[in-house]
Amino acid sequence: MAWQWFHRLGSPRWFYQKTSAWMPWLALASVLLIGAGSVWGLGFAPEDAKQGNSYRIIYIHVPAAFLALAGYYIMAISGAIGLIWKMKLSFVVMRAAAPIGAVLTFIALFTGAVWGKPTWGTYWVWDARITSMLILLFLYIGVIALARAFSREQVADKACALLALVGTVNIPIIYKSVDWWFTLHQPATIKFTEKSSIDPSMFYPLLTMIIGFYCLYAWTLMAHTREKILQREWRTSWVQQLMRGKSMTESKAG
Amino acid sequence: MSSPETAAHSFTPAARAVPGFMPLFRSELLLALRRRADIANPLLFFVTVLALLPLGVGPEPELLARLAPGMIWVVALLATLLSQESLFRADFEDGSLEQLALTPQPLYFAVLAKVAVHWLVTGLPLALLSPLLGMMLNLPEGGYLSLLLSLLLGTASLSLIGAVGAALTVALRRAGLLLALIVMPLYVPVLIFGTGAVQAAVDGYAYGPQLAILAALLAGGTALAPLAAAGAIRISLDN
Repeated sequence: MAWQWFHRLGSPRWFYQKTSAWMPWLALASVLLIGAGSVWGLGFAPEDAKQGNSYRIIYIHVPAAFLALAGYYIMAISGAIGLIWKMKLSFVVMRAAAPIGAVLTFIALFTGAVWGKPTWGTYWVWDARITSMLILLFLYIGVIALARAFSREQVADKACALLALVGTVNIPIIYKSVDWWFTLHQPATIKFTEKSSIDPSMFYPLLTMIIGFYCLYAWTLMAHTREKILQREWRTSWVQQLMRGKSMTESKAG
Repeated sequence: MSSPETAAHSFTPAARAVPGFMPLFRSELLLALRRRADIANPLLFFVTVLALLPLGVGPEPELLARLAPGMIWVVALLATLLSQESLFRADFEDGSLEQLALTPQPLYFAVLAKVAVHWLVTGLPLALLSPLLGMMLNLPEGGYLSLLLSLLLGTASLSLIGAVGAALTVALRRAGLLLALIVMPLYVPVLIFGTGAVQAAVDGYAYGPQLAILAALLAGGTALAPLAAAGAIRISLDN
């Protein structure tokens, strides 16, 4: 059956056991990629003609901003899958993605402010893209706050999924905002369809960092989801067996 | 003797096409008009907050004229938001929201009827009052019409978007601040194009494009927001 994998995904137990094998590989890949990208970007990439060394913060800023946006889509899409197919696991992923996305949005805003001081001479301007990242942060915080307000997890799941879906209406506006009220921010420099305006010697370390951040994001999301699965499924026999097994090995080791 | 068929014929064809809309709309409007204080409060809030503005920033006419479009829009947005918490509250508490959800008529039209009434008793008076406040805040005369039109279109969108938040938080105690937190980011496009229209008119440019975008947001909101709000009501009824 072509759809078997999809139905299997609905089982938190299957997900937990599968991802146990993936976790170390993802951790290794993100450490290697982010390590290599940092050394390459901070140490070996050429200095920018206008911005000097301060431009190097893009090696954190750009991947964080990429994932802050992609993370919202991941959250909204898993929420939609949960609403449509009533899939427990999908809601767990959605709830796990919210705080990660909020932190990444904050990192993007913070690194942007640090970069803005030497480049624009100010930490904060009400520029289109900065403002839309701030709104994205508010959208994330709204989802987290709504989740906390409900006492029943199932209701919180559905309510958050709906809010995340409503919020996705704003995401295209965030993206388009650059074109709509272009002010201070430089236009997007990485374009996949046409020649990008960033030099390859600066672009390849950036690409390494972006892929590294994606691996780190996947690892964090999985770790968070696995933890939430254990919390939610603690009554089931497989979690209790797992916990007993762990405590037994721990007592043996100790 | 009035069979269901003849009763249906007494409505206009458009009303018959939307099942359950007209009766609910009428009863909601009647209820809203009987609660005079609930109609007056957002308007009084609107006037009071805008009266505080010159006390805060100083009475210089040029400064007030610069701030007027944005301030009037932001305060109108807050007034709409504050009045929205109670949109489904009473119906949720006495169980009639559950009855509405159980009827064979789509919940979409029930939400639309409630939002339409909410706009008629808050957004519409706010918009009609806005030129007066524009005058008090020294808004240049060219901005009056654009302020009125942008608020007429914009507050309807705000009511629709706010209905989704109100439906999501109706089952929660003390939902006011949470409602503000989840709805405010969604208000942003309306605010941008609303103030954009007034600013363009004040500066002597055409403001048709901004109004057209506001109308487009309203059209999109009318199609989608009641759907989302209806879904949210069903989720809230599960709680």
